[in-house]
Amino acid sequence: MARAAAPQGGTAEGLSLPCVLPSKRAVRGWGDQLFRLLLRSAASALLAIVTAMVVVMVRAATPAIKAFGWRFLITSTWDPVTEHFGALPLIYGTIVSSALALLLAVPLGIGAAVFLAELAPLWIRPPVVFLIELLAAVPSVIYGLWGIFSLVPWLRQYVQPALGATLGFLPLFQGPPYGVGMLTAGIILAVMIVPFIIAMSREVLLAVPNTQREAALALGATRWEATRIAVLRYGRSGLIGAVLLGLGRALGETMAVTMVIGNRPEISASLFAPGYTMASMIANEFTEATSDLYLSALVEVGLLLFVVTVAVNGLARLLVWSVGGAVHEVRE
Amino acid sequence: MRGQRRRVVNVMMNWLTALSAAVVVLPLILILVFLVYQGASAVNLDFFMNLPKPVGEPGGGMANAIVGSVILVGLAACLGLPIGILGGVYLAESRDRCLPWVIRFLADVMNGVPSIVIGIFAYTIIVLPMRRFSAVAGAFALAVIMIPIVLRTSEEMVRLVPASLHEAALALGIPQWKVVLRVVLPTARAGIITGVMVAVARIAGETAPLLFTAFGNRFWQLGLNQPIAALPLQIFAYAIAPYDDWHRQAWAGALVLIALIFLTSLTARIATKGRFGGVR
Repeated sequence: MARAAAPQGGTAEGLSLPCVLPSKRAVRGWGDQLFRLLLRSAASALLAIVTAMVVVMVRAATPAIKAFGWRFLITSTWDPVTEHFGALPLIYGTIVSSALALLLAVPLGIGAAVFLAELAPLWIRPPVVFLIELLAAVPSVIYGLWGIFSLVPWLRQYVQPALGATLGFLPLFQGPPYGVGMLTAGIILAVMIVPFIIAMSREVLLAVPNTQREAALALGATRWEATRIAVLRYGRSGLIGAVLLGLGRALGETMAVTMVIGNRPEISASLFAPGYTMASMIANEFTEATSDLYLSALVEVGLLLFVVTVAVNGLARLLVWSVGGAVHEVRE
Repeated sequence: MRGQRRRVVNVMMNWLTALSAAVVVLPLILILVFLVYQGASAVNLDFFMNLPKPVGEPGGGMANAIVGSVILVGLAACLGLPIGILGGVYLAESRDRCLPWVIRFLADVMNGVPSIVIGIFAYTIIVLPMRRFSAVAGAFALAVIMIPIVLRTSEEMVRLVPASLHEAALALGIPQWKVVLRVVLPTARAGIITGVMVAVARIAGETAPLLFTAFGNRFWQLGLNQPIAALPLQIFAYAIAPYDDWHRQAWAGALVLIALIFLTSLTARIATKGRFGGVR
């Protein structure tokens, strides 16, 4: 152990930090000390990246923050010519499309996860799980491509006229059926986030101890009752975490949404109308930003998106970690 | 009577949940069928050999975009893998209190940060000072996306290495760094490779962070400080263009991209089969 320690002793002392290397390990060789430092700096690189990200983006967004203040969040003119920027339509579009996606994806996702973790016959589980993993691996731009050429025409021809005819008395389903618009964006987002919700919910359900199920079954519950009473309730906070993770994805999803939402910064009550989201605005206009203030406003939109998704994801992780403690989700 | 109702509810929920699983899988099948149906006719030798051609000229391809994507992903891997894998070893091996927890949490949170935001970061930190879009900026953005994924999978895989193995090596008087490099990492190799493949499959399809970093290019460009083409970017550009010709190319590009990504994911799955069979 003490080999090679003598000449480099001074270096080794210099490298050791009190909280990281307990004193009894000071006898380790300098190679170990160096190696530990290497490992620690690799891990700390992530910390550095996140810090740099915050600093750089805040600095780039400062001109816009100074120019518009809180009005940026509550006004709805987005006019690059006169340099008036208000992000309200984008925020509205992001929230509505994500909410729509959750509305569709949560029941389907949790249902599918319950099926795959609790109720399905064992032989059916691996192939379905595999398919859902593939679904999660499909790139956003391909969802968008499918959205433009398959989903949009189908919605325009069949679904939207039918919705307009039956539920047209609601303001949600009024107006001409363009095909592109908020509804389409919500549907495509739902398709995209459902694999993540399923994967996380399944992890949570699998982490629920078997004694929970056995106890319920022993009391005479049916499989579904055991699931409802003993499993879903036990894993509730983890499931909320899974849904939040899905929400985080939906909020920041860019390409597919950009391709089907219509890209018009307007607030409209109808789901058929085109809209805009924060992410798709950045994707469309960033390279076209001609003035510094314009660019800064776009960075501020990005910063907003960053803060919101970090908050949503942070909360989600804490909730998921709270179930079973050791549920580490590694594949995304 | 009451028992009857409960049994009916049980069966009903069985079917309902099965139905939701089926509905979830349906889009995948629709997308794949559509991709093959629309794209297969446009995937030919020209597609892999030629540069994009102006509208109306036959025989255009995406050779530069395919090579560009390979360069971008390769460069991102060079930047991201050492950090991700070594950081993962740190998380698994370290007995520190605070730092590993913070890193783990940050990695999970970063995993959920929209890729377009990471694109903005790469733009402000690399494109602005360099005053030009470049392959380096694109690769940097992809690396930032890759690091948290690799970090977390490597950690999980290193944790799976039996402590007895570790201790046996240490008991022989081998220094810690050698134990990690020669015993721990080789044992966890298959799992780590899987994590790497998953990360590569993820960044290979990323479009948003490349829009204003790599930017895209219609010509051959191998210089790393120049704008470079990428397959997802090219698909996007062609998909939103108004020409049928280009739409067909977009489908073909999408088919090639998804084939590459699925192949990567499948290899990753097979690599871990058996060795870490019990571990997801």
